Amino acid sequence: MPEAVLRRRRRSGRRINLFLWLGALLLAAFVVLAVLGARLAPYDPNAQDLFAMLEAPTSAHLLGTDNVGRDILSRIIVGTRFTLSIALASVLFAGIGGIALGSIAGYFGGLTDRIVTGVIDLLLTVPNIVLAIAIASVAGASATGLTIAITASFIPPLARLVRSRVIELMAEDFVAAAVTVGMGHTRILLRHILPNAATVIIIELSLNAGQAVLIGSALGFLGLGVQPPAPEWGTMLGASREYLTLAPHLVVAPGIAISLLVLAFNALGDGLRDVFDPASTT
Amino acid sequence: MIRFVARRFATIPLVVLGVVTILFIIFKSVPGDEAAFVAGATATQAEIEAVRVQLGLDQPLIEQYVRHVSGLLVGDFGYSTTFRGNPLPHIINRLPATLALAAAAIGLTIVVGIPAGVVAAAYRNRLPDYLISLSVVGLLAIPNFWLGMLLIAWLSVDLGLLPSFGSSGPVSLVIPTLALAARLIALVARMTRGVVIEELRKDYVRTARAKGLSKGLALRRHVLRNVMIPTVTVIGLQAGYLLGGSVVVERLCAWPGIGDLLLTAVSVRDYTLVQAIVLIFVVSFLTINIAVEVIYRFVNPRLRYA
Repeated sequence: MPEAVLRRRRRSGRRINLFLWLGALLLAAFVVLAVLGARLAPYDPNAQDLFAMLEAPTSAHLLGTDNVGRDILSRIIVGTRFTLSIALASVLFAGIGGIALGSIAGYFGGLTDRIVTGVIDLLLTVPNIVLAIAIASVAGASATGLTIAITASFIPPLARLVRSRVIELMAEDFVAAAVTVGMGHTRILLRHILPNAATVIIIELSLNAGQAVLIGSALGFLGLGVQPPAPEWGTMLGASREYLTLAPHLVVAPGIAISLLVLAFNALGDGLRDVFDPASTT
Repeated sequence: MIRFVARRFATIPLVVLGVVTILFIIFKSVPGDEAAFVAGATATQAEIEAVRVQLGLDQPLIEQYVRHVSGLLVGDFGYSTTFRGNPLPHIINRLPATLALAAAAIGLTIVVGIPAGVVAAAYRNRLPDYLISLSVVGLLAIPNFWLGMLLIAWLSVDLGLLPSFGSSGPVSLVIPTLALAARLIALVARMTRGVVIEELRKDYVRTARAKGLSKGLALRRHVLRNVMIPTVTVIGLQAGYLLGGSVVVERLCAWPGIGDLLLTAVSVRDYTLVQAIVLIFVVSFLTINIAVEVIYRFVNPRLRYA
């Protein structure tokens, strides 16, 4: 192998591990925060202290306090649970829905495919956050409504991705062999086609999780997500708008928390793509 | 070309009909009595029944659907409680503000994203590349509304340079445009970097270099002709983000566009208005995609013969 190629391999090898490790470590840290939550928080996240309102960061309150004197660090820590579970739940449900629809459409083809693809293409014309807002307005402003809204906006693109991957795999010899030996549809799909589509799906899902955090916090910010006093990060940012002049520190912490979580999912997704699908990196 | 555009535009009505149908199903499944809601909290039972008959809500669903669709054909979007009538004129009033924001964001993306990508590619694996690539990763993780809040805190509150909200002339566009464009700039820079690196490896660049052109000149004269393609691709793929993101940014900056109106409609449960605006977004989305295909054919003549 020429020296230049080897050098390129080695260099990209280093980058892969960096991204993957960065994403995995960050995510692990957030999972710990989400699981331990209140036990790690120095204060009760909803305890008000009217003698310490809108305080800038001090040694007692490392990230300061909000308009009713609640400790922001504690709220950020406890809030991890909301953002993370909404992101993971919507990605999980979207994964199930997208895989089911996409593989049925791709595998069976014909009229089924035409109907499923038709509906998917229609839904894809609605910008995902607009779709999420419309659905949240119907489903109600709550963690459940938010999860439904994000899930619904993720299913169409995912189903399309799965469908095209399934169609690609149907042309492979091993599928023809499985058909020849008389395997049933379910077995061929579950044992032979979907495992081969898994990498593409997993990469897409981890990038979707980052998007879910962004959309979830945006809806929270707009008042359509988790309702106060729950310390969801986007909701906290929405509430801090009025205090932009008085207490700019309120704006900083939730935004950094959101960005780090998105960064974790994005790095994980990019890292996985570099490992499993080196051809697609630009 | 004209035939191509006409053919693409001809598909819009069909897609819109499909979306109208899906929205109709979603919003008809909202629990609660629509007529009672439109009539208001203080209405008597007789008044509620009058509204029900007037809006045709006493008819079977299928007839309501036919009435809804045939109304749309003549520009009647139904009864909006916010505007006490057809919301279409009010939406059209607000459309220019949203279009201005989207256009400004695309313009900024081109002006900043392409050069950033080219510089990163030209200085591949050196300091400028690392700085730009790091900014790309950062910008993709930052929520646009948070970026907007930071900009307001810094540019409006701290420095007093810009109005923090509303629309008072072109300066008001600065913060919403920056907030909205950040993600697009990052994506265009990343994709441009990839394309330029790819092109620099190709034979025509080696030929240009062999005949004595400097690296910079080869880049400017030959490679740069290819960088519009990734930009157009990103804008096509991110049309949904551009429109959806504008909703959030408009609310943050009180920019009087249709995104802001959508959120008002949601907060007062004016579902007629919600459906109308979603439909306008869908039409805008389809139009952007057709425009992208047309521009593709300009920047990449090979496609005209495909």
